[in-house]
Amino acid sequence: MRELRRRPGRFVTATVILFLIALLLMFLGGLVDGLINNSTGAVRAQRGDVIVFSSDAKDSFLRSEIPPELRAAVESVEGVTDVGGIGIIQLGARVPGKGPRDLADTALFGYELAPRGVPETPPALGEAYADESLEAKGVEEGMEILLGPFRTPVTIVGFVEDTNYLGQSSLWASPETWRKVAGENRSVGALADGVFQSLVVAGDGSASELAQRIDAATAGATSSLSIAEAADSIPGVREQRGTFGQIIGVTVVIAVVVVALFFALLTIERTGLYGVLKAVGAGTATLFFGVLLQAVIVTVAACVAAGALSFLLDIVIPAGAIPFQFGPPRFVLSTVLLLVASTIGCAFSLRRVLKIDPARAIGGSL
Amino acid sequence: MSSAPPDVALRMVDVRKVYGSGDSEVVALDHATLTVERNEIVALVGPSGSGKTTLCTIAGGILSPTSGTIVVGGEDISGHSPKALTEFRRTKVGFVFQSVNLVPFLTARENLLVVDEVGKRTGAPARKRADQLLEELGLTDRAKNLPSELSGGQRQRVAIGRALMNDPTLVLFDEPTSALDSKLGDQVMQLIRSEMKSRGTSAIVVTHDERVLHYADRVVHISDGVLAA
Repeated sequence: MRELRRRPGRFVTATVILFLIALLLMFLGGLVDGLINNSTGAVRAQRGDVIVFSSDAKDSFLRSEIPPELRAAVESVEGVTDVGGIGIIQLGARVPGKGPRDLADTALFGYELAPRGVPETPPALGEAYADESLEAKGVEEGMEILLGPFRTPVTIVGFVEDTNYLGQSSLWASPETWRKVAGENRSVGALADGVFQSLVVAGDGSASELAQRIDAATAGATSSLSIAEAADSIPGVREQRGTFGQIIGVTVVIAVVVVALFFALLTIERTGLYGVLKAVGAGTATLFFGVLLQAVIVTVAACVAAGALSFLLDIVIPAGAIPFQFGPPRFVLSTVLLLVASTIGCAFSLRRVLKIDPARAIGGSL
Repeated sequence: MSSAPPDVALRMVDVRKVYGSGDSEVVALDHATLTVERNEIVALVGPSGSGKTTLCTIAGGILSPTSGTIVVGGEDISGHSPKALTEFRRTKVGFVFQSVNLVPFLTARENLLVVDEVGKRTGAPARKRADQLLEELGLTDRAKNLPSELSGGQRQRVAIGRALMNDPTLVLFDEPTSALDSKLGDQVMQLIRSEMKSRGTSAIVVTHDERVLHYADRVVHISDGVLAA
């Protein structure tokens, strides 16, 4: 600690490099969180425990169809307390004041069980709640936007947070509005009355047990997933997470190498000093703890600076510019990862500290 | 031998230290027997490579002998484990190294306290002892100075203070006057003698400086690992 306080210059290089690594780690994390949240918001906002797809839909909202008799089978499953149909159509929206080709990407959901942030009772026919990301595209409360090639009018009656689907701004409407918009704009027309694309189910017990009971009761006609699994099954989510996970992993490995190299060099430089300290009775554990403490302090300082900058970026980056979301969980995760990397990096110095012979302290002409 | 009599600070009996094996075997210390009484200052004199380093490192518990017995302050350290030797060094011996080797980023006072900090910290008693030693060594007004802000003689005095922090049975001095001019060298040797005698502490002073030998109670010569009184 005292060396850090009195000789901060010795640690500037390592701190700056770790700061840049921490910033990269947090920025990558913010990007992956932004991308994934931008894809999965509509699913994560669901208040049920399980999403039920038709088994031939490969867990896709767009391919799935749940007819009334299948819904009745789900409703009759022991432990099921609530079932709501959900339908979706993805369309371009014309926003008043924007050019005719300046379309906003939207996903209109018809819901029976209200997701987080949306009133229990769906809005009236021709009305919808919009994700707040549409505000950045010029949409305001009370504004009428035109959906799809048929230019079906929908009036925005309010906004909700964090409900985007596949990067598209969600609109939350009644099943009737969804059927009307789908019927007018899809070449194959709307699904028949009573038919939904999937079901949101709430029930007793764990989500996995509930999903198993539902699929067993429908004799395999359904594929039921927990909310987290359904979010993961959205196209591209696993791939994004995997790709960014690998990049973050490589960054952590680089951090290990940087810390290992820096403290290995510092340990070599301190060989004589450690020899003296060992001669006067310092144990290896005491010396290694000192090195580790310095590494932890340098890492925390780098992470705090990088975190502050990342939080600032999260504030100043305009909504919709790049999908960057940085919050406390990502800051804590990145800091923990770098602290683990620092500890591993320091461990390489442990061998060197162990090997230092206190007899080195008695040199000269003896 | 399990313990030394109370009036003996160091007893080395038939101590051998052999480095390497076979054709590359080097005998650094050959059947060395040496006794240092309590309150005695012994000057150890010998040419480079004569075995002074080995003798001091073995007496100070830094190195273990190949054979023989070493008893310091009644504690037989011949068969001590590395961990036990670390504890022994922390509590029973003091070292003053040739190149002083103070911790460069610690003040004079903190350099004394480092002896307490590397072991089971005692806190206030250690701070009190450090202040007392600094006063005795005439360094009270330099207590907050870093080694780089001290003269050679002051650094040497801080090193002596550090060696005395654990109230050792035996202090090992490695060429304490080699980096000092003759006047300062005399002052340092006077200081060493007065500090050792006032505490009844024993010391081995390794030196090439014939002019300071009269500060020792006894001079021991070593050559090719063999001690000669």
